Amino acid sequence: MEIKANLYYSDDHEWVRVEGDLAYIGITDYAQHHLGDIVFVELPEIGGEFAAGDTIGVIESVKAVADMHTPVSGTITAVNEALEEAPETLNKDPYGQHIAVLKMSNPDELKKLMTGEQYTAYCEQAEE
Amino acid sequence: MSKLIFEKSVKGARAFTLPESDIPPEKVSEEIPADFLREEDPLLPEVSEVEAVRHFTALSQRSYGVDSGFYPLGSCTMKYNPKINEWAARLPGFAGIHPYQPEETVQGALELMYELEQMLCEITGMDSFTLQPAAGAHGEMTGAMIIKAYHNSRGDTKRTKMIVPDSAHGTNPATANMLGYKVIEVKSDERGLVDLEDLRALMSDEIAGLMLTNPNTLGLFEENIREIAAIVHDAGGLLYYDGANANAIIGIARPGDMGFDICHLNLHKTFGTPHGGGGPGSGPIGVKSFLADFLPVPVIEKHEGKYHLNYNRPLSIGKVHTFYGNFGVMVKAYTYIKALGSSGLKAVSQNAVLNANYLRTKLAGCYDIPYNRLCKHEFVASARKQKKEAGITALDVAKALIDRRCHPPTVYFPLIVEEALMIEPTETETRERLDAFIEAMLEIDREARENPERLKEAPHRAVIRRPDETGAARNPKLKWTPKD
Repeated sequence: MEIKANLYYSDDHEWVRVEGDLAYIGITDYAQHHLGDIVFVELPEIGGEFAAGDTIGVIESVKAVADMHTPVSGTITAVNEALEEAPETLNKDPYGQHIAVLKMSNPDELKKLMTGEQYTAYCEQAEE
Repeated sequence: MSKLIFEKSVKGARAFTLPESDIPPEKVSEEIPADFLREEDPLLPEVSEVEAVRHFTALSQRSYGVDSGFYPLGSCTMKYNPKINEWAARLPGFAGIHPYQPEETVQGALELMYELEQMLCEITGMDSFTLQPAAGAHGEMTGAMIIKAYHNSRGDTKRTKMIVPDSAHGTNPATANMLGYKVIEVKSDERGLVDLEDLRALMSDEIAGLMLTNPNTLGLFEENIREIAAIVHDAGGLLYYDGANANAIIGIARPGDMGFDICHLNLHKTFGTPHGGGGPGSGPIGVKSFLADFLPVPVIEKHEGKYHLNYNRPLSIGKVHTFYGNFGVMVKAYTYIKALGSSGLKAVSQNAVLNANYLRTKLAGCYDIPYNRLCKHEFVASARKQKKEAGITALDVAKALIDRRCHPPTVYFPLIVEEALMIEPTETETRERLDAFIEAMLEIDREARENPERLKEAPHRAVIRRPDETGAARNPKLKWTPKD
């Protein structure tokens, strides 16, 4: 299970990569592994405003349908449209494929998220 | 793979021939405007009568149903459908009537519907029923529409959110979402029941209601149901009963007494009418008297020994089905209830619970059972031990059951249990059938340790081995198209 050191992580197995005031959001390797083969991704609308914890999209796999949450508050500025045609890339490259980009309204929220090290411990605990 | 009937088509093959007509044919092109006429002939298969019969007979021999063997598909209540129900629904007085007939010529049919509503009221502790919804999810939608109509009628328009438990059937959040509600999830506690503290924290004047299944999808009875009802009602919300698991409580406990305001039932689960392709389904809903004005029209009323259909109901949410619902299914459910009587219905639930607990106890040694205590009509086992030790997943166990002539249980649901196997035997299974299933499950556990590679390739004896589920979901082929 791959966990990158330079990202922020949520309890719901989403990652956040920060570039200035933009947050790139995706799902972790742990999440894609547990969902199984992903067959459909519903993306949020550009311009949509969301609070941390809100559902911004849906990820459907052969096993389950899961809500995709945003770990930080903000406005959607871009989405990864390629996922609509090729949802399986989330399985192959979970950290290379973001789902949406948010302009953060409250970057302090990042402090509440986990570091790579903390997230590793969190996943190990979940596996027990 | 066998051929599709389109691939068996031979030009000119016919099941029958008609003699030359002695009436001159009308020209279709003169009767119907050209815009509405097709330019090419429809692509229909051409086969002889015997080939058509053989094709569909072969397909029917490959199907598997409750009449073929054990079918422990959790929460679906795949119980045996007594054949006397079919006899009743085929009686000419029921089968030959038309929904446009005048009321006075279908008094018997209306009487049956009226009495069925009365019986469902008694069974559930509700005050009024509608038989219109065509299935469970349709009943849920009708129920949620009534919740919305109730709040709106009071000018209480702030209630835009619906609470569902994290163990809920997917139809609950889907229904709430369809009606424009924002879905809020309430957590389960460590015992697998609604977390009361979490529920209290979620309640507000924006909550329209709570949709709850009792017993829940873990097969566990929500013991705090009275307190749950008080929490929801105190905040002005309504409590909706998802009747998917009603087979556990019939004749023993009533949603109306537990504090539910609206309740749905699946006649095709609890009341022995056919499921799926053998259907159609039927998902009546019942309400407490303060919600009765919102029920769909028409409602059946009885005045001086005569039955009437009343459409004059200004607060009604309107119609939710053409005519009056799936009438043939109502005849079957009526027959089922009358044949069993109140003591028989109680015995149904007792035996459903007994069978589930027998399986749970016998499987507990080999399979992990996360909430291993007295359950109701179903329980959830987990293949996580097999996965950890041998790489065998719930899906592999399900496929291996097919080789052992059992329909697999529901897998990967509820979502709060890892590698879930949701097992519901129903009351109609014999001890011998249950023992055969237990033996099959124990054998699969042995094979997981001794020969996991073989298990990962199961089923070995099915016509179709492992379909490409991912490929089918990503690139579905929904219709046959000719090669050239």
